[in-house]
Formats: sequence, structure tokens, C-alpha cells
Amino acid sequence: MSTQVRFLTKNFGAYDVSSIGAYMNIGGFKALRKAVTMDPEDICTMLSDAKIRGRGGAEYPLGRKWSQARAVKGENKVIICNADEGETTTFKDRELIKNDPFNLIEAMIIAGFVCGATDGYIYMRAEYACYRPILLNAIRQAKNYGFLGENILGKGFDFNIHLYSGGGAYVCGEGTALIRSIEGKAGRPRMKPPFIKVSGVFARPTCLNNVESLSLVPHLLLDKDTYMNCGMGESIGTKLVSVAGNVNNPGVFEIPFGTTVRDIIYNLAGGLQHDREIQLIQFGGASGKVSDASILDTPYTYDDLRAAGVMVGSGGMLVIDKRTSVLDFLRMNQEFFSEESCGQCTPCREGNLHIKIILDKLAKGEATEQDIKTMGTIAKVMSMSSLCGLGETAQNTLQSAMKKFPEVFDLGGTQA
Amino acid sequence: MLTAQTKEYPLSAELQAKIDLVLESHDNDPTQIVGILLEVQDLNERHYVPEPTAYYLADRLGIPVTNVFDCLSFYSELSATPRAKYPIQVCSSPACRVNRIDTERLLNTLQNLLDIKIGEITYDGRFTLERTTCYGACDRAPSVRINGHVYDHLDSIEKIEALLRSLK
Ligand code: SF4
Repeated sequence: MSTQVRFLTKNFGAYDVSSIGAYMNIGGFKALRKAVTMDPEDICTMLSDAKIRGRGGAEYPLGRKWSQARAVKGENKVIICNADEGETTTFKDRELIKNDPFNLIEAMIIAGFVCGATDGYIYMRAEYACYRPILLNAIRQAKNYGFLGENILGKGFDFNIHLYSGGGAYVCGEGTALIRSIEGKAGRPRMKPPFIKVSGVFARPTCLNNVESLSLVPHLLLDKDTYMNCGMGESIGTKLVSVAGNVNNPGVFEIPFGTTVRDIIYNLAGGLQHDREIQLIQFGGASGKVSDASILDTPYTYDDLRAAGVMVGSGGMLVIDKRTSVLDFLRMNQEFFSEESCGQCTPCREGNLHIKIILDKLAKGEATEQDIKTMGTIAKVMSMSSLCGLGETAQNTLQSAMKKFPEVFDLGGTQA
Repeated sequence: MLTAQTKEYPLSAELQAKIDLVLESHDNDPTQIVGILLEVQDLNERHYVPEPTAYYLADRLGIPVTNVFDCLSFYSELSATPRAKYPIQVCSSPACRVNRIDTERLLNTLQNLLDIKIGEITYDGRFTLERTTCYGACDRAPSVRINGHVYDHLDSIEKIEALLRSLK
């Protein structure tokens, strides 16, 4: 039984991604033509009705975001597409860029129209540089056809798209760091306020979106009913999940919300290699939370996952079998953050370092009760007092593991 | 002093012309410095941005050279010091590493064939083995990334050997 659907991924393989003509033959830019005849506020309402939450991990409602961006006073507003997906086990945006670049361009133009922006920036991670020509070509062709530039579709609005490269820094997925990077500087996050929506790139009002959230919009404009009929409860529609780790068939799958975790792992991702047992599953990338196999029958929705102690986040699912102990996994994950912290603020710089040290001690059997307590405290301090989202979320994994696998941290008991 | 006007750069005319092309493709826009540096760095066989090149870029773009060096040191994909001709990047993120047998075989084979350890460079400057964080190919593990290209599903010694042989 397969539970994949094709809504967001409908165009995958359906047209030659180097040709705007091919895209238009399958209905490309119809959504834009429709959007410009609508009241932008109605488009925001439609997004709110569909309850789309930001697909980058922060889960902020898209309709509300666009509506706020419209309301901000200021000239020369900006739309940013965050294509810097750096969370491990998250590679869904890669598929959207590679397989449906024109849809993303169309979505950005619609975003520009709705929010009243004049410029769009796509910030793409250096690791995806091989897809740069695909996007540059799409932008150039859209311009030649009058979908970008001045007086688009004769509707009196101007919009241009610029493509920027990241340089291999995970922290640049954070809004303010990403913006600094677009401004041509090292991507160190800054304190908020001022908030990005008021003062973002080049101090212009900025609306920042994930590739997947944006990509949904053209499809939704043309075929709202299909989307609204998918899903479960408060989680309407479909979601791209990327599954990796010890599974037979890792990859990106589009599921209707409500599919069970078991279905995703065993039917779509082919189950575990050699039918091994699940040790843990990490949801939503390196900054995501973990669960054990008891989550298998939980439906994949925002609310159900949250109730089960994890989050949808970026949509990544890392499945790990019993060969890797919980502690080993935590140490690998922690190495990632120790490496990627920009080092600018103390809680994150020192916190990540010291948690790494304590986890290593724990692995060697040298940790004390006090160490475990200290680790819990550091994790809490980091989440409350770090300057940016990286430091705030870096210990989500550890904190959830402490709850889910207390035996690992119980020095009196047997260590897993 | 090194300036674009005095044309006193110790850069060959050929290299200058290539760099100018990169600049042009980025609209000579100083805010695109990261993308520019990535491409300029690949003009060098050792994949780095030498000091004179950094000065040249700063001058052409009208930005302080400290800005250029700040970027070179901040972004892990950029380097101000020479690297190997083929820096072999091995992912150290959990998503790849939990595939234990494959990952270990990959690392061991690479280390044996090249006779270097992670972090080292071969005597002829052709290869280094680098550990990197996730490059978004988790579903293609075990893989390595060399000069921006991902070589995937390296799950046998034969495939790894063939890869190394292909890098001339
Ligand atoms: S929380 Fe970490 S990544 Fe963010 S600014 Fe502070 S040190 Fe840098």
C-alpha cells in the first residue's frame, strides 16, 4: 500500500525544467494570471483557510505572515526565499528546486504581488550550487516572457528576482544571518528587534519564506479543493517528508497529513534495513526532537506529533536502528552544533562545547550525577538566552532524549 | 599599493580576464561576494583565494579587503589557504554515519588507498580527506563530495576505487 500523493510534486518529471514553454504547456503561470486578478487580501485569506504553516521548521502561519507583510509600511519591500536547507536529513527543497524550478519562480512573483514587494531574493546553500544554472535559466526566461521586470502582465507592478549563494554555513538558515549574507557579509545573526518584517535585507521590509511554503501557493490558487480535501484535523493538505538513516528506500515523499509514522517508514521508505529494530526516530532535522518506536502509530500531523513529544519541523525523519546507541547518536548530533555555532554569544558557544564534553564523559563512563544535572541546566539556559534560533533549538534533541530515554542518563541504572 | 587602476596585480592577464567574467555574471554586485568567491576559488587548481586575488576583488567591487577576508574565514566552503586539487569531503552528520558498515568501509578504503588520515593531504597535493557537515544528500549515502559534485552510493570497495581512478 502506498500513501503518496501528488499535489505539490505534480509537476515533477512532467516538463523539461529548462524550458518555460514546456512549463506553460502544463499550465504554468496560470496561477500568476489568476492571482493578479484577485484581491491580494483574499489570497492571504485562502492561505489562512488552508492553514499552511511555514515549512522551514518554524511553523508560522503563512497567510498571517503575508498579511502582515502587506500591512507593513515602507517602500521597496522584499521577498526572500530561504533555500538554505541545512538541517541534516532534510533535502525536500532540493527536489522542488531541481524538479520544478519554474513553479518556485512563479510562486515568488505571486508573493511579490500579494505583499507589494519589488524584489525577490533566493538564497541557496552552496551545496546546491549545481542547481544554480537551472534557477538562473528559469529567472532569465521568465524575464524574457514579461513575468519579471516592469509592469508585469500589464498590471502595473514591478518585480525582479536575484539568486544568491550561501557559503556552507548552517547558521545562515537563520533569518538575520541569511540577510547579512545577502548583504555581502559574514552571516552572523543579529539581535531582534528590529524584526525582519520591518527592517530586513538592506533595511527594507522583508518577508522570508521557505521553498516548500512558497511552492504550494500556485498549486493552491488553481486547485484549492484537492488540497483542502487532504489531511486530518487542523493539519490540512500535504507535506513533503524526507526520510533517511537505516531505511531501505530513503528519499522525499509527499504525504497527506495524517499518514501514520509507520506507514511512512515501512511503506514509503521501505522499512528498516535487514528488518532491524528501531532505536529512535529524530523528527525535523538536527534541531529536532526524538522518539522511540512507540510513535509508529501516531498520525503525522502538527498536533499529533506535538502531543507525542516531537515536531514536524522541517519534515525530516531520521530513522536509526539498534546498532547505534542513543548516546552515540546524541554525540554525533552534538558534534554538528559544536561545529556550526557561530560563536558570537556565550550561551551557545560555551554551552555547545560543554555539552559535548559531558556527553563524551558519559560515553567513557566518567560522568557524575552533577554532570548530568549541569547538562540539563546548560540546555535550558541555551534555549532561553541564546541570541538566535540555532542556540535556542540546538538542545531540542538532547532535552527530548532525556525525557524519552531517561535510562541513558541514569548513572545508577544500566546504561543503554 | 595594489589597486585595479594601477594594474599592478601579480595576476596573469588570463586570470584577470576570467575573474572579470565571474564578476560580470554577478552584475559586479559587491553583495554577491560569497557567490563570486565560490566561483573565483574554483579558477584555482588548489581551490582557494590567494591574497592578490582577494585584493583584486576588493578593488573591483569597491569593498574593504577585510570584508573579503571575513567571508573567506567565515564560510566553510571558502578558503584563503591552498587546499588539495581534489578535496574529498566526507559527511559527518548522523544521517550518513548511522549507516555504519558503509560509512566505515568508505572511510577505511579512502584512507588506505590514499594513505592519509582525515584532515591530511597527500604528498603530491592532489587529495585531502575532510570531514564536513551535512550537504543534503542523506538519501544517497554513503557519498562523498568533491569540488561541489556529490558521488553517491559508494557502497563497495570497487566503486570507491573507480572513483579515485577517475580523478586525474
Ligand atoms: S545562538 Fe549560536 S549561532 Fe546564534 S548567534 Fe549565538 S553563537 Fe551564533
